[in-house]
Amino acid sequence: MYGNAYIDPNDKAAMMLAGEDPQKLAEFEARIARGEKIEPKDWMPKEYRKQLIRMIEQHGHSEIIGALPEGTWITRAPGFRRKLALMAKVQDEVGHAQLLYSAAETLGKSREAMINDLITGKSKYSNVFNYPAYTWADACIIAWLIDAGAIINQVANAKGSYGPYCRALDRICTEESFHLKYGHDNVVTLATGTPKQRELVQAALTRWWPPIMHFFGPSDKISNHTEVLMRWKVKMATNDDMRQQFLNMYVPKIWDLGLTLPDPNLKKNDAGKWDYTEPDWEEFKRVINGGGPCNAERLAVRRNAEERGRWVREALNTAESKYIAPLA
Amino acid sequence: MNTEAIKELLYKMADDLLIIGHRNSEWTGLGPILEEDISFSSMAQDKIGQSQALYVLLHELGEQEPDTVAFTRNANQFHNAQLLELPNGEYDFSLIRHFLYDHADQLRFEALANSSYEPLAKVARKVKGELKYHVFHANTWVTKLGSANAESHARMQAALNHAWNYALGMFEHSTHEDILIAENIFIGEDSLQDKWLSNISAVLLKAGLSIPSSDTWNPVLGGRKGLHTEHLGPLVEEMSEVFRYDPTAEW
Repeated sequence: MYGNAYIDPNDKAAMMLAGEDPQKLAEFEARIARGEKIEPKDWMPKEYRKQLIRMIEQHGHSEIIGALPEGTWITRAPGFRRKLALMAKVQDEVGHAQLLYSAAETLGKSREAMINDLITGKSKYSNVFNYPAYTWADACIIAWLIDAGAIINQVANAKGSYGPYCRALDRICTEESFHLKYGHDNVVTLATGTPKQRELVQAALTRWWPPIMHFFGPSDKISNHTEVLMRWKVKMATNDDMRQQFLNMYVPKIWDLGLTLPDPNLKKNDAGKWDYTEPDWEEFKRVINGGGPCNAERLAVRRNAEERGRWVREALNTAESKYIAPLA
Repeated sequence: MNTEAIKELLYKMADDLLIIGHRNSEWTGLGPILEEDISFSSMAQDKIGQSQALYVLLHELGEQEPDTVAFTRNANQFHNAQLLELPNGEYDFSLIRHFLYDHADQLRFEALANSSYEPLAKVARKVKGELKYHVFHANTWVTKLGSANAESHARMQAALNHAWNYALGMFEHSTHEDILIAENIFIGEDSLQDKWLSNISAVLLKAGLSIPSSDTWNPVLGGRKGLHTEHLGPLVEEMSEVFRYDPTAEW
């Protein structure tokens, strides 16, 4: 039926497509269905652009905020080998932020605007970084298991539809696979080390298990909205599927090391899926909304860094310099 | 070869590199722009790797393992110049320190590439290639910020003034200075300082920055002999915190 401009505000999928040229939309969806990548200058629905900016930006923020808990341990890393490796790892993470911000910039939001939204709390970053890394072993658990979770998420997203994001993710995943090896090697060293080391790593694992279970987010609501994002290859896998994949890959490795996980219900069921105690999603929401142990500190550190570096950025911003959005 | 003279030379160089590498790494996650965060991290990795190479040479001369030497000594057993242990402060100070130190270090390693002590000459030939980029980085930023605007100029000049006497302390004489020169192991600190002054003067001129008037020069000495500011103790304590947690462990 033509001419009816009314869109049911409760129908999120219809809201997402409101005002889009139906022919262009159909061509766009056909391209994605054929497995083509969408490039910066190509036509795209407004909502596609918006969701991608949100997602890539959040990912970029997670990289720079994630550098803080791990960075604390660079200056404390025990021995040359660990110190050099951790410096290189955290440097990679900051480099990932640079790549991701560039990918998001191709969609029309400047790095400055993104960082501004980060430090004012308007845009989010991965919730896990709102928890503290109390000991060296915490940094090792992060490097192994948080990076493992990130790889599962990123490998899925690398098959998405937006060209610049996919290319950034391909490179990021290559580097992350080294981080995973680094983290695993550290955890193995601690878990097979002296009694004090074993105690350290077990305590860190116990502490980090709830945030790790939160990492992929709550179960997706079955909605038209999610369906459209999956059709557009913005969202590539459900949160539960990624969590299952993580448990399947890493729980056996953790148990092999003689470490225990603080969930008595954790086991693989007859259908080959993992049963677990549902994480506390109220806690997850509370932390996302600013109530975690480190939210205030992380943002304060970042805000302070931005403030202290302002004069440098202003000095670079001379009459002859002008803003150029990255091409891809 | 006078082993004691060589060890003294290696210790001060290795400690300089370890301590500045540690300070550079403190910028991780906190740089004024992401690109600088990454640069300081790169340089930190080079410095720490270079210090390790020198501790390996010391180990070959009978000193303890590099990890033991780096992670178990107390502050008063370190021989770095005091310039390098000072806190990072703001980016202006970190940058000026990096400029002053890396120019000296580049010349030091270039000279050592011809050292009669072949193990050190071999390391120096590799390291001087890495330092070329550190100096290039420092020159680019000092030139840019020295004259970009009134605030950046004032900050850079103040940082240079603050760092200056500490920088002169890098050239504190070794007790074995004469032997090092006579045996063609090293050209000596005075000769190094002359070349350094000439190199940095050219860049500072371009940057619109002035070296403090020579009647105010008063080198901060003592670092080479284990005399340090109150800032080194906490740094060393932090650096060795995990290592000392279980000294029997492999990490």
